[in-house]
Amino acid sequence: MVNDPHHIGCPNCDTVHRFSAQELTVPTRCARCGYRLTLGRKDAVLRVTMLALTSLVLMGLALFAPFLTLNAGPFESRASVIDVIFGFAEGIMVPLSFAVLFFIVIIPAMRSGLLIYALAPNLAGVAHAPLARPALRLAFTLKPWAMVEIFMVGVAVALVKLAGMATVDTGAAFWAFVLLVLVNAAQDAFMCRNTLWTTVGTPPS
Amino acid sequence: MMTARDHGLLTCRSCGLLAEPQASSCKRCDSPLASRDTASLQHVWAWLVAGLIIYVPANLYPMLRTTQAFRSQESTIVGGVVDLVHHGAIAIAAIVFIASVVIPVGKFIVIAYLAVLLSQPGPKNAHRLHILYEAVEFIGRWSMIDVFVVAILVALVQFDVLASIQPGFAAACFALSVVFTMLSAQAFDPRMIWDATDEGAPHDA
Ligand SMILES: [Zn+2]
Repeated sequence: MVNDPHHIGCPNCDTVHRFSAQELTVPTRCARCGYRLTLGRKDAVLRVTMLALTSLVLMGLALFAPFLTLNAGPFESRASVIDVIFGFAEGIMVPLSFAVLFFIVIIPAMRSGLLIYALAPNLAGVAHAPLARPALRLAFTLKPWAMVEIFMVGVAVALVKLAGMATVDTGAAFWAFVLLVLVNAAQDAFMCRNTLWTTVGTPPS
Repeated sequence: MMTARDHGLLTCRSCGLLAEPQASSCKRCDSPLASRDTASLQHVWAWLVAGLIIYVPANLYPMLRTTQAFRSQESTIVGGVVDLVHHGAIAIAAIVFIASVVIPVGKFIVIAYLAVLLSQPGPKNAHRLHILYEAVEFIGRWSMIDVFVVAILVALVQFDVLASIQPGFAAACFALSVVFTMLSAQAFDPRMIWDATDEGAPHDA
């Protein structure tokens, strides 16, 4: 039972489950608490890697393209994502700028980078990268701290708040962020812990 | 249903693999192993108290300072919601109120309730407690919406004389409060919810 990938303990309630090889390729839940033990995606490694690559490209676009433009009479102001992040950058608010930078740029990009680093060698059929296991673990740990989707809801709220005083136009970076939210959601749907850990935790065959 | 502990084994909380009781780290993913995190409730309380303390200035200090036609106006979290209602944006006011007031306050109450209940012996309804725990873990990060709204408004509305928006001290306090309560919820060892039930209640087959 020990160290056998067909016996899984539920991380949530500690119940032991035994799965056959076929059962591991379909979605399974813990019989006691309902925790999703496997997502049952055979192509999880390929999809997660591809989606991580896509989200890195989108993040690059989002940073360097115009984000929002505000027009009020003769006045116009543009804000890039970098402007939004460093809008706080004065005196005691500087730490808040760094927090926002981490939540919406660095942590989401780091997750993608870590997943590519840990999973891509397996797709290429070569040996794992030296720190593949801590990299994959960190990618799972960082999940709640990647807040691109929350940021976009914030954008929607801000647009409504400004609706009375100005018109706001959306730029390419805005749409890159919308895509990023969708890509990250798809990626999480394929992040089957059991499949990814089986891949990274065992030598390539 | 048998738990890993009933078998005298450990479950890896990161990847689900079972390990010998004397193992200190998981063979597959390298995570540190422990049957139950006995210090977890102390960590839960420490982060919760920190989050609660910093939530006070988050509500007393202004979140935004709006200057419009030489008139400066400061608004707190609740003041911002009231402004939105006056502008007729009821739906957005509801989103901001839920994200900045209902969720944080609800979270303080639910985490404290779970922590008190788990430190007391006696039978409990594990399924109900588990739903509360999942809800707190899932919803807590969404409180960050208002911080992002402030960042976007500050970046966009910069017309010097006509209108400008500056961030207030409360934005930093509020962001810290969200981070602390997220850490508090993450410090829970959810297996304790299920253990607590088993000891008091009779086993069903
Ligand atoms: Zn379970």
